Amino acid sequence: MSDILTENKELLVLGIESSCDETAASVIKGCREVLSNVIYSQIDLHTVYGGVVPEIASRGHIEKINQVVKKALSEAGKELKDMDAIAVTYGPGLVGALLVGVAHAKALGWAAGVPVVGVNHIEGHICANFIDNPSLEPPFMCLVASGGHSHLVNVTGYGEYEIIARTRDDAAGEAFDKVARAIGLGYPGGPKIDKESKNGNPDAIDFPRAKVRENEYDFSFSGLKSAVLNYLNSCNMKGETINSADVAASFQKAVVDTLVGHSMQAAKDRGVKKFAIAGGVASNTSLREAFEKECAAAGIEFMRPQPIYCTDNGAMIGVAGSYEYLLGYRSGLDLNAVPNLSIGDRKGVFKI
Amino acid sequence: MKILAIDSSGLVASAAIWEGNPGEKGCILAVSSTDYKKTHSQTLLPMIDSICKETSAEAQDFDAVAISAGPGSFTGLRIGSATAKAIAMAADVPVIEVPTLSGLAYNLWGAGSYVCPMMDARRNQVYTALYSFENGKLVTHIEGEAVAVEEMIERINSLGKEVIFLGDGADAYKQILESSVKVPFGFAPAHLNRQNAASVAVLGSVMYAEGLTVNADDHSPTYLRVSQAEREGTKNFDLRK
Repeated sequence: MSDILTENKELLVLGIESSCDETAASVIKGCREVLSNVIYSQIDLHTVYGGVVPEIASRGHIEKINQVVKKALSEAGKELKDMDAIAVTYGPGLVGALLVGVAHAKALGWAAGVPVVGVNHIEGHICANFIDNPSLEPPFMCLVASGGHSHLVNVTGYGEYEIIARTRDDAAGEAFDKVARAIGLGYPGGPKIDKESKNGNPDAIDFPRAKVRENEYDFSFSGLKSAVLNYLNSCNMKGETINSADVAASFQKAVVDTLVGHSMQAAKDRGVKKFAIAGGVASNTSLREAFEKECAAAGIEFMRPQPIYCTDNGAMIGVAGSYEYLLGYRSGLDLNAVPNLSIGDRKGVFKI
Repeated sequence: MKILAIDSSGLVASAAIWEGNPGEKGCILAVSSTDYKKTHSQTLLPMIDSICKETSAEAQDFDAVAISAGPGSFTGLRIGSATAKAIAMAADVPVIEVPTLSGLAYNLWGAGSYVCPMMDARRNQVYTALYSFENGKLVTHIEGEAVAVEEMIERINSLGKEVIFLGDGADAYKQILESSVKVPFGFAPAHLNRQNAASVAVLGSVMYAEGLTVNADDHSPTYLRVSQAEREGTKNFDLRK
């Protein structure tokens, strides 16, 4: 499989991402080298609403898409016609937001005579690990945790994914957002709880760690979220002062324990040698430290992307798209957004 | 010169190619429209590809892209706008933002009466405007907006002149129009009753000749409505809920 890499050092792929509230584009050379990585974050537009408003996100994408793509090309010193392929996120995500990127990428490809390949957003997150770890090759196991997703995935080869576990209810990042809102930290919850936790005692409150009966590796965070809300309510009723730093730290520890515990169990059970994390939650400092420690103890090589490649970005889509392109996958002019696209599903993508 | 025109503001997906000299009549080389269930995301670009192939045109041959710029379905408008922006960007040409209601009115160019396009805007409203044609030019009497059909009827009645209605909003509220409009009125026949990229192209060519173009980067649809979240305000988004 490494032949693919060595033989295609000059491959140029434009990656476009618009699945949630970031309009992003990037040019990737030789599957892994980031020539540019432009991200226009709309976070300020959504903060007042305490979360992403899909219609506002979609309107933001259409306003910025040309500028973002042009900037990605110019920073890379390339032109559209230099591209071997255009990779675009076509799911999962917010349908209206996805459609802006999909319609734009298809029309760009059509107009410039460049092939287009639809990319799965979660697979993009996983592939972000290839950027900072040049020697990383499948097989490896990866935990993807973000505002919309929590999956434990076995990457058996380039473009080959086996889902080991998923969340039964809330995504990890979603739980962060909801708890952050409840303790008055606001949106986005992940970085705010991470920061607040540093001043709190992670053992102050014993929040539950849920196990799912049908699949011991699966995650569940809604019970934890409810436990936090119940704790806050009971404190309020008793007139007790709430130490939000302790709540944040204890909640974060419960999430980290669950994510790390289930992941390490699966990794050990399957004899995994390399373990990676990805997605917005992967930039959480406490989660990183816990994985570093546990992986080191188990003799498993641990990898993570730098934070800029953890949040939504075009580079990860360009990397995933480069491999999809080399594996012969393409999308047609009729490529549609697939808001609930599963990992490993190639609905809307065909092999040449 | 050639103009590629796109309309995906409603249920119809439509694309057309206009060729001619700026300010002159020109001709429509090709037009394709479907009013069917498939999403614009699946139909629009194959349609553009097809009319280009039929007329041996490529993206680089266009001097401008005319887009039906709204109002209409938010998602539909954005699919058209994203497509237009990308093609214009790749071809390095400007975009002509043709108001959807003006494009629709252009279906009835030369009508001796008022022309009232109505698009079903849901929530008991229509996107509507009022136009007439004077010496071949489109004249706006009521600017496009989202209003209750009854309100528009009141204004039309007060003007006291014949009017022709068209668009899916006119179909949706036909009974109310028939019972409440006091001036002489009519409805457009089926072949003129929906958004059509050929009309967008022709009006676009007129606007192009008048210098009414924008940089593709700066184009975004004219929704005439804010999002639900903005309408309801931040009061409903209690940060502690």
